[in-house]
Amino acid sequence: MSYPSELKYTKDHEWIRVHDDGTATIGITEFAQGELGDIVFVDIHEIGSTVDKDDTFGSVEAVKTVSELFMPVDAEILEINPELESNPELVNEDPYGAGWMVKVKINNADQLNDLLDASSYQDIIA
Amino acid sequence: MLKRTAFYDIHSAIGAKLIDFGGFEMPVQYAGILKEHQAVRERAGIFDVSHMGEIMVRGPKALDLIQFATVNDASKLTPGKIQYSAMCYEDGGIVDDLLVYCITLDEYLLVVNASNKEKDLAWITSLNEKIGAELEDISEQTCLLAVQGPKSIEILQKLTQINLSEITYYTFEIGEFAGFEDVILSATGYTGEKGFEIYFDSRKVDPAVIWNSIMSAGSGFGLEPAGLGARDTLRLEMGFALYGNDISSQTTTLEAGLGWITKLDKGNFCGREALLSQKDSGVTKRLVGFKTDDRRAIPRSHYILKDDSGNEIGEVTSGGQSPNLGIGIGMGYVISEFAKIDTKINVEIRGKAFPAIVTKPPFIKN
Repeated sequence: MSYPSELKYTKDHEWIRVHDDGTATIGITEFAQGELGDIVFVDIHEIGSTVDKDDTFGSVEAVKTVSELFMPVDAEILEINPELESNPELVNEDPYGAGWMVKVKINNADQLNDLLDASSYQDIIA
Repeated sequence: MLKRTAFYDIHSAIGAKLIDFGGFEMPVQYAGILKEHQAVRERAGIFDVSHMGEIMVRGPKALDLIQFATVNDASKLTPGKIQYSAMCYEDGGIVDDLLVYCITLDEYLLVVNASNKEKDLAWITSLNEKIGAELEDISEQTCLLAVQGPKSIEILQKLTQINLSEITYYTFEIGEFAGFEDVILSATGYTGEKGFEIYFDSRKVDPAVIWNSIMSAGSGFGLEPAGLGARDTLRLEMGFALYGNDISSQTTTLEAGLGWITKLDKGNFCGREALLSQKDSGVTKRLVGFKTDDRRAIPRSHYILKDDSGNEIGEVTSGGQSPNLGIGIGMGYVISEFAKIDTKINVEIRGKAFPAIVTKPPFIKN
């Protein structure tokens, strides 16, 4: 399983890729998609919603279970991956790439320091 | 410590994801639930369901015990026939649902849910005190594989001289299979597809040889190992009840839509009086199937069902997105006035009401 070193991670199995312009892309980890199994629907809150750190920004429905998605930092949802509407399996196939879930504007960049790096994240799932 | 079936090493070697199910470490999936589901619908799948409990009832009082303990009329069974049935408490609540196999007129095999086996055995033993049949729990040594799907009969026929196409639904034969004697070939299943459930004694038959023989026979037919995850999506599409979800001690057979197996006129049996009076007064809640016609509206156990005015009318007991239909389907109890086919109801998902229509299962027709 792969955990790219340029990403930050949460203990709830989200990853966040921070861009230079103060935005970020968020998805779930390789470990999370494997635990969930076949994903059949991703339900994200509306574009424009502001979500506090650790609050839910949506849910991911797998065949057997539904899990909540937690926002890694205070943020505003700018964009939802439009491909997931018809191809939710992209989250299983390419969790760090085509299976991304939301683009956000980061409202509190200091909170990035609280997140896990790739090796700390791998320690908690080991 | 979780129990393991005789196929545990095989599951591990081929990369199954294992979970605790009914006290057993069981494969929930191999290649993925959706792939396995489609393999069963289109070709064939092999399931290890050896966790199921098997109880032999023998002797001149065997039928008397089964007639008293179960709701269906076991006196209709002749050797080679199988009956779907249930056991009820005095108040009509369900102890378990089960299959009753008539081996001879004084020898029957009861197949019960893994998670209920100890409870069932204790219950039957208590009912047997005044009856005096012989009971034997043979779960430990009994292996059970289900091979299900449109290609299953062609696959299995390669391994036996018994003409499988002559074994009709809910009948069985005992004979030679894959080089071993005394294998039960039962035309039953939990998927809605053609197929067999194959029982054998692990002390007389090498389980790995049976598994490998079936896999080899199925190699040209696209046979795949399938786990409990696919078993659940397949049974949900057929609207088959699952004990612990859709039926329990808190529901009666009449409420669960199992009136067709509840033979109130067969003579006395445990729970009969309660069921008779419930039949007279009418059930107040009823297990129904429903579909949402929306791939995003996925019902799950314990979600609330509502009428159009937002009043609570029931609760989901099983649900998911149907792999074959691509929409949300479910089962649940509703107050009886909402149980009629085509009634419009709503399922509440994360605070939002999604429309659903009461539907008579199976959700997919073969």
